[in-house]
Amino acid sequence: MTEFSAKIIDKKDVSVIYLAGFLDAHTAPILEDAFTNLVNDKKFKVVVNCKDLNYISSAGLGVFMAYIEKFRENNGDIKLAAMEDKIFNIFDLLGFPLLYDICKTEEEAINLFSENK
Amino acid sequence: MKSKLNVFSKTENLSVIREFLRKFSLSAGFSKKEIQDIILAVDEACTNIIKHAYHSDPNGQINIELKFTNDLLSIKITDFGSSFRPEKIMNPDFPKYFEQKRIGGLGMYLMKTLMDDVKYTSVPGKYNQVYLSKQLLRSE
Repeated sequence: MTEFSAKIIDKKDVSVIYLAGFLDAHTAPILEDAFTNLVNDKKFKVVVNCKDLNYISSAGLGVFMAYIEKFRENNGDIKLAAMEDKIFNIFDLLGFPLLYDICKTEEEAINLFSENK
Repeated sequence: MKSKLNVFSKTENLSVIREFLRKFSLSAGFSKKEIQDIILAVDEACTNIIKHAYHSDPNGQINIELKFTNDLLSIKITDFGSSFRPEKIMNPDFPKYFEQKRIGGLGMYLMKTLMDDVKYTSVPGKYNQVYLSKQLLRSE
């Protein structure tokens, strides 16, 4: 039984990662691999859709912190979208809204890339 | 009400630990939000133990003892790995944290924020203990 997955779907020039399940110290390497693959493919505009994310611990939050700079250095970004309140509360406790765009919907996050050009 | 769980220091056991906490705090009468907080705090404590006390060696022991008396949930987590000095870890200054990628201390901050009390005891060469507690507030 897989308790976490991170599936990447390209939508024009933005890659959307769909997270599902439980993101903790055990499953964080799966998200690291997804970000590493995007860096290798030089896909630096990323939206992370958190609609089906049930749980996140600091090990998961740490993955976003570890990769954000790499994407921004290459004129891209990691934008977050569609998270449930219980997940947003954890991102909020650790100050993420100051440093990351967190949008209500995936579309809104994708559109931010074209607005910011 | 009391319960105990002994597991090896593997990250795959974090889901076992979370389920153990979920069931116990649900029977104690905590709300959904409080249960989420308790689960996350204990996950953070055990992740720290796996990474920092056992340095990711999967053969260490983690013993978790739960007690619920007088509407107070007490959680005692014992490990037998390297001792660490959590009093040295300050509350993070987030922008600096992000710049410096000092990821490790976030768990400690979450534990302190989510629980009413967090205490550490360390007997070097013997054991380390984390004590966490949360009061059940009953609404009239």
